[in-house]
Amino acid sequence: MRRFAYLIPKSLDEAVSLVEAHGEKARYVAGGTDVLVKIREGKMAPDYLVSLRHIPGLGGIHRDPHTGELRIGALTTHRMLECSVEIRRHFPILHDAVSNIGSVQIRNVATIGGNLVNAVPSADGAVPLIALDARVRLYGTKGEREVELLHFFLGPGQTVLERGEILTEILVPPLPPRTGGAYIKWARREAMELPILGVGVLLTVEEGGRRCTRARVALGVAAPTPMRALEAERFLEGKVLDAEVLEEAGRIAAEESRVRDSVRGAAWYRREMVRVLVRRMGQKCLARIGEA
Amino acid sequence: MARTISFLLNGEAVEVRVEDHWSLLHLLREELGLTGTKEGCGSGECGACTVLVDGKAINSCLYLAVEADGREVLTIEGLAAPDGTLHPIQQAFIDHGAIQCGYCTPGMILAAKALLDENPDPTEEEIRHGLSGNLCRCTGYLQIFEAVRAASASVRKEGIRVLSGERGR
Repeated sequence: MRRFAYLIPKSLDEAVSLVEAHGEKARYVAGGTDVLVKIREGKMAPDYLVSLRHIPGLGGIHRDPHTGELRIGALTTHRMLECSVEIRRHFPILHDAVSNIGSVQIRNVATIGGNLVNAVPSADGAVPLIALDARVRLYGTKGEREVELLHFFLGPGQTVLERGEILTEILVPPLPPRTGGAYIKWARREAMELPILGVGVLLTVEEGGRRCTRARVALGVAAPTPMRALEAERFLEGKVLDAEVLEEAGRIAAEESRVRDSVRGAAWYRREMVRVLVRRMGQKCLARIGEA
Repeated sequence: MARTISFLLNGEAVEVRVEDHWSLLHLLREELGLTGTKEGCGSGECGACTVLVDGKAINSCLYLAVEADGREVLTIEGLAAPDGTLHPIQQAFIDHGAIQCGYCTPGMILAAKALLDENPDPTEEEIRHGLSGNLCRCTGYLQIFEAVRAASASVRKEGIRVLSGERGR
């Protein structure tokens, strides 16, 4: 591998000042499963890797038992999320996504923050978190700020992060009762694969019925950045959810998507699958609420 | 940059001088001469370089050697008992014909060990999920899954024997 110096700051301020000091020659690294591959392939050539792994307080999953708010440290590995009973029980839509990223070996090392910061259109972690209305906390020279995850992404590989800024935490607001969510990574095989499409649906229904009070439809690989199908969401809200309504929501989401041809799938196929998978995930949401 | 790190390697404390840009795989194979761990794709796709760090399976090609500092690393060389008795997973791979060219085998066995340590009685689905980061291009996966299933049974039996005090360890 190409030579670099590996710097191990013990605080956020120290990390930020190291990247400030070395400018373009420095890159942050968390798990390293993307950065090290890019260095090997010559797509990245930093002289300094500034590790975020040894800064206390950047890892961990905390769900407030009273409010239900979830906080995920950016250095939390996918495997920690996959194995978390809290995530499985309260945020199955996130569990669906993180348990099928890479392999066990990758998930043991790769972090959710790294997945988001890479900002690839196929980021499996981003779609369910967008459906969950997640915000991200950023830390840099100018202090701390919070951004909605949906607006964190600017384009493929581009985020609102400024030079030296670090994504420190993901905040997921509490879910209303009678909410169900589901995510599917649509791919040619089950592991070690990037999705042709990622579809996350989160539905809330009223007490004692199936009238939808809140809907989120999030899509990955359907546009240059992860997106929400807002028209489909608006259509679902207020409707009594049945097979026909979900089918129509799928059709609307497919219309809204900005899919394109790529090596992994043709645009027409992706559009068709948005329709199918939004319906399927809608049904899975209802099943998880106990209303299927 | 170079620095000295110390870690437990197959149960023994080692102290070595490493360069920052070395992968753990490089350290194991090229510096320490433990060539049981294989390099396949070099990009985290094939699992041939799988070792356990603090009990967790990782791709050593994408893991910096410096990050092993203070940790416990297990490679295929550390799996058999000191007297040469094979680990039940190793034995099961032999018994079930789960080896052909052998290149994926160390990684497969260590991924299987991590799986069984966490979940001693995995379902077929869980075995497949647990080994999905390891590619084999010749034996075929069925014999490998069979071997892991058999190993899980013998590991559990072993566990019960230890618990019921039949072995004085």
